[in-house]
Amino acid sequence: MLSVTGLTKTFPGARALDGVDLSVGPGEVHALIGENGAGKSTLIKLLTGVYRPDAGEIVLQGRPVRFATPLEAQHAGISTIYQEVNLVPLMSVARNLFLGREPRGRLGLIDFGRMHREADEALRALGLRVDVRRPLRSLGVGAQQMVALARAMAADARLVVMDEPTSSLEPREVRTLFGVIRALRERGIAVIYVSHRLDELYEVCDTVTVLRDGKRVHTGLLAGLNRLSLVSLMLGRELGEARAATTGARASGGEPVLEARDLTVRHSLHGVSVSVRPGEVVGLGGLLGSGRSETARAIAGALPPDSGQVLVAGLPVRTGSTPAAIRAGISLLPEDRKAEGIVPGLSVRENIALAALPGLARFGLVDDARVDRVVDTFVKRLRIKTAGPHQKVGELSGGNQQKVLLARWLAMRPKVMLLDEPTRGIDVGAKAEVRRLIDELADEGLGVVLISSDMEELIEGSDRVVVLKDGAVVAELTGTEVTEERLLRAIASEGTRAPEPTGAPEPLEVAERAGAARSPDADRRDRP
Amino acid sequence: MTTELAAPRRAPLDRTRLLTYLQEYGVYAGVAVLLLANVLFTPHFLSAENFRTQAVQVAPVLIVALGMALAIGSEGVDLSVGSVMALSTSLLSLYLGYGPWVAVIVALIGGAAVGLANGSLISFIGVQPIVATLALMVAGRGLALVLLPQLKDVRDPGVASLGSGDLLGVPYPALIAAALALAVAFTVRRTTFGRQLLAIGDSRPAAKLAGLPVRRVLITVYICSGVLAAVAGVLATARLQASDPTSLGTLMELSAITAVVVGGTPLSGGRIRIGGTVAGAVLIQLLTATLIKHDLPPSWTQIAQAVVIVLAVYAARERGKR
Ligand SMILES: Nc1ncnc2c1ncn2[C@@H]1O[C@H](COP(=O)(O)OP(=O)(O)OP(=O)(O)O)[C@@H](O)[C@H]1O
Ligand SMILES: [Mg+2]
Repeated sequence: MLSVTGLTKTFPGARALDGVDLSVGPGEVHALIGENGAGKSTLIKLLTGVYRPDAGEIVLQGRPVRFATPLEAQHAGISTIYQEVNLVPLMSVARNLFLGREPRGRLGLIDFGRMHREADEALRALGLRVDVRRPLRSLGVGAQQMVALARAMAADARLVVMDEPTSSLEPREVRTLFGVIRALRERGIAVIYVSHRLDELYEVCDTVTVLRDGKRVHTGLLAGLNRLSLVSLMLGRELGEARAATTGARASGGEPVLEARDLTVRHSLHGVSVSVRPGEVVGLGGLLGSGRSETARAIAGALPPDSGQVLVAGLPVRTGSTPAAIRAGISLLPEDRKAEGIVPGLSVRENIALAALPGLARFGLVDDARVDRVVDTFVKRLRIKTAGPHQKVGELSGGNQQKVLLARWLAMRPKVMLLDEPTRGIDVGAKAEVRRLIDELADEGLGVVLISSDMEELIEGSDRVVVLKDGAVVAELTGTEVTEERLLRAIASEGTRAPEPTGAPEPLEVAERAGAARSPDADRRDRP
Repeated sequence: MTTELAAPRRAPLDRTRLLTYLQEYGVYAGVAVLLLANVLFTPHFLSAENFRTQAVQVAPVLIVALGMALAIGSEGVDLSVGSVMALSTSLLSLYLGYGPWVAVIVALIGGAAVGLANGSLISFIGVQPIVATLALMVAGRGLALVLLPQLKDVRDPGVASLGSGDLLGVPYPALIAAALALAVAFTVRRTTFGRQLLAIGDSRPAAKLAGLPVRRVLITVYICSGVLAAVAGVLATARLQASDPTSLGTLMELSAITAVVVGGTPLSGGRIRIGGTVAGAVLIQLLTATLIKHDLPPSWTQIAQAVVIVLAVYAARERGKR
């Protein structure tokens, strides 16, 4: 079906891909894995005509092909879901679905009625119910990803390429996606599947190719490989058991460092209250659209609430103002890294220093030596893979962009960190590092709010989980209650329980008791 | 296979690199070519007097282009610069009775006020820069004509010396333009304001979420642009020794945008090249001078400018793609 030989691509300052071979047969689901910056996305972009190879050959169904544009690749039967949602935010959902192949009526005009109907059907088949006339950007990132999936499905493809399609999907939607992949396999369509979530690979993929530093290091059946050998193939070393010791209790006493009271935003939040103590990691659980990101944004001043209060260390913070929130010590790592996180045209260095700049300047003049020191520290500490601090952030691989953003906020030395999908698109090695970093930060007394659609990460990383549904708090899990099963039950619980005004203090007490019960443990951990 | 790989890798890279060079250094090459052509074919080109004239003539465009570069770098544009020049010339001759210094300061304050209005419309009300500054372009010229309905001679030795005096042979307008160019380049490169401006121009949502003072920066940008345009207006008045609010600064916004774009600053914001902007202004000046000296009609100048713009935009487009 598809066979690739000797594919090579060099960017100024980096050999992204070096003589890579790959072949995929009909009905085969082929996993493509590797560390951040290993060259997965570059390989895919070569296959789909976004970049042109410097050397090497792509043979599709027996014919050598050279795509000048993504459109040509599409016509040849390759459809793609890119790592970063690649649609037109201001156009309607339906138009995005049919972009480039709109159903035409008489006179060659777009037949909107048919387009909306078909779009609606296609999305329903994926379990997504939205008004297809609304602009795409009114949807969450996960829903946008499903639209991209529907778009790839609707095109009559021979090969479907998916670059980290699940990174912002909920478990339920991941199920749907896997159903779709299996259906594709039955129809004899080949799939290339990129993901950092190894469990997923074992579930749907038949074969695997591992890339490291732009070279292919392994190809074979997935069934014959266990997780550990897969990871060591990717990293070229063993993954240290970094996480094992750090789960569980933490000293969560003292006054809350962050308190959000009755946050209300029309149509999305209805009286959400969350509190975080120093050194505590509070997870926000719930489905897509349950109000997790909105809660974080409201706390960070990015979404002005209609009512409600935010307090940091007991002092009220002006709501609806990002600078005020940041000054008070609140940092938000946003969910949509491409649109709201990175400044793509500026260098790694400028991006890391961006928020901290006033603090690194004297009389408005930037102190370059200090900036260099800060940047250097974080590039090393987070192992950001870059050709140098002056490389444009837009040129980094997805995972490394995320690390740059983490560095930007860590450089601010915040009191509270709101992390919306912090490990999205990060490889196993780096994920462990980020998790360890979160733990470390919490140990240093930072309050952390964690949002993750990775259930395991949420459970393991959080001391307490606040479960949201339809924009209201429906449950709070503390101590030993923090299990996957309890979380799923809370999410699935029927009907929205109206947030009782007296409801807020009660779970707090529970939390305190739980904290007290665990304190001997915590004492032990606090000692150096 | 490895030997095979090495050879073809060169070709596409070199093409990209060529285009990169064209965008980065094309202006400088253009200036060099024009200088050389003039030295060879234009009589009396290599005289000190000619260079002085060229320098005095380019100064206002250059100064306006500096402000324009800031506006474009913030993903905006300032169409009101020509009208600000007219307003400043009106204010200058109105307040000349209080002494040249007071008059100049009032003229600059006028520029700042227009900039403040631009910046406020853009950052508080969210009007598109092109629309907001278009409104001020119309309003500014109108106000200038209300203040001073017709051409008026400016007879003041202080003001006159600003236009025709020199220091060690370098005319004041050229000196002022050079100093301002250095100051703006320094601001862009070394100050928090400059860095924040570029970040805002590149990605507004990201800058907002990073807590940058977006409004303050944008307002400052347009105030700078306004004040710079007012400086240009004062210098132009001093050279003409007359205030002519009807025609002073007309089409100035186009020349300034041309200088900025030809200099390699992308219209999409996030990047500012002051060196390129200076060279861009010089390029246009030389082009005009060359055509005039060879007795070609002014319409030729416009056509030549258009060709230069198309070339610059082409280089920028190709670069962005790969
Ligand atoms: N346009 C570009 N210009 C310069 N370098 C680039 C460009 N695109 C990618 N690179 C570099 O090529 C390497 C491979 O990047 P790629 O995006 O393929 O990684 P990846 O395997 O997809 O990683 P991730 O898991 O983080 O998405 C990286 O080192 C990256 O910095
Ligand atoms: Mg990638």
